Amino acid sequence: MNDVMEPRRRFLARAAAAASALVLAGCDRLSRTEWFPRVLAVAEKWNDAAAHAITSRKAMAQEFAESDRSPEFRSNGTANPGTDDYRAMVANGFADYRLAVAGMVAQPKSFSLVELLALPNRTQVTRHDCVEGWSAIAKWKGVKLSAILDLVKPAAGARYVMFYCADPMEEDGTDFYYESIDLDDAYHPQTILAYEMNDAPLPVANGAPLRLRVERQLGYKHAKYVTAIALVDSFGNVAGGKGGYWEDNGYQWYAGI
Amino acid sequence: MPQDDGPAAPARSYLYYRHKLPVRVMHWINVVALTIMFMSGLQIFNAHAELNWGKSSYDGTPPVLTISSRENAKGEVTGFTRVFGYEFDTTGVLGASKAANGRTVRAAFPSWLTIPDNKWLSMARAWHFFFAWIFVVNGVAFVLYSIVSRHLARDLAPTGADLQGIGTSIKDHLRFRHPSGEEAKRYNVLQKFAYLIVIFVLLPLVILMGFAMSPWLDSLYTGWVDIFGGRQAARTIHFVAAWLLVAFVLIHVFEVIVTGLWNNLRSMITGRYRVTQESTHE
Repeated sequence: MNDVMEPRRRFLARAAAAASALVLAGCDRLSRTEWFPRVLAVAEKWNDAAAHAITSRKAMAQEFAESDRSPEFRSNGTANPGTDDYRAMVANGFADYRLAVAGMVAQPKSFSLVELLALPNRTQVTRHDCVEGWSAIAKWKGVKLSAILDLVKPAAGARYVMFYCADPMEEDGTDFYYESIDLDDAYHPQTILAYEMNDAPLPVANGAPLRLRVERQLGYKHAKYVTAIALVDSFGNVAGGKGGYWEDNGYQWYAGI
Repeated sequence: MPQDDGPAAPARSYLYYRHKLPVRVMHWINVVALTIMFMSGLQIFNAHAELNWGKSSYDGTPPVLTISSRENAKGEVTGFTRVFGYEFDTTGVLGASKAANGRTVRAAFPSWLTIPDNKWLSMARAWHFFFAWIFVVNGVAFVLYSIVSRHLARDLAPTGADLQGIGTSIKDHLRFRHPSGEEAKRYNVLQKFAYLIVIFVLLPLVILMGFAMSPWLDSLYTGWVDIFGGRQAARTIHFVAAWLLVAFVLIHVFEVIVTGLWNNLRSMITGRYRVTQESTHE
């Protein structure tokens, strides 16, 4: 009996292995087509809609005890922009740093670090969730983005806030990091431009002098080294047109999941 | 399970309509969705091949699981897996493995187990979330259908007799003796428990732990993620539950094979299962 079954069993096992290899090769081919990833991407819209449907606009991300803070806050992505401009800013303690706020606003403004420190701020101990899967907890202090927006007065048609950064993503010093969020997130009470981490000035490795904290979204939305903000009605004509550096590289614009 | 369309004449064997169409359709949708979610999930895991217990990954305690690689003195790349501090050499499968082109790749799970095959987090997430919707909608449809059609009450809920026979059933399973003939028309008691645990414990748990990893859904109710030990604990539970589902699938497929591969497969495709009556006389 066993002698009769053995070849058949072996054939079945091989057929199953061959079939699964074929299916997998098919999946990988689909990933590399132009149309299939666009089909998969509809799930981002569903995630966005569902998450917004079941949470309120001002639902707060969890805040933690100081004792929950990670001994060392991991630096991911750029650890130092390394450009001549940035080096010069670090050298004089960001005395020449300016945050330019422009675009669809009634009153474009430019802020020095000292001016930003004088604006309404918020301190929060929050968890940073990287798209890679890890989390780290730190205490952040920063100017409320809503306070800045109140000063520049967004125009009626403005829908998104763009964040332009000092760190180039290409070796040749081009392709600067950027991000965008919608106005709901921009006015959220926990959305701040942090200038302090764990009671000390924001370190270079974590985005000095100013980084975005948009607590209900994944880490890549939290743009570091922010030097300019613009209000826009669409980000389709900025860089790759997807609203952020990682979005242009295939990641979801809605990074709440 | 529906009625006999059974024998007019006293045949020794006949086809019995065992699985209704909705159950068959939802079963195969589930097979596809779960397979893709598992394999894309492993590719997502590869982006950070560590598991922690707690709210964050960096709280001073070591990871409960690490899959990584290193280069030895001879310049060869070796893979290792560390579980609760115990390290195993897993070269060839975990940590370091050969890709389709024959080259050794430093990846936690090997390319033949992941979607996409090579390191590509954004694409893995796209697959994972798209099929998550199919999986959840299909699962909810199955539960609703099972309640309304009484599939749950009639076929899945253990009866009193089932519970009394549980000891015998365990012994029979250990000896690979399975119900045949008329008894094969219904699920046995261990089968019922396995299905109920998967449907009402493991699958909801894996979904909930997926939600617990979302920084947005974290804001649903302050602190709910901490009930499960925190976000990194939720990630660990998500991972373990996924592997428990794989364990279920392996046992399930094993049982399908030993109790008659083609007959079982046909019954989950056409619905019809051949009941062979064994001669009761000696």
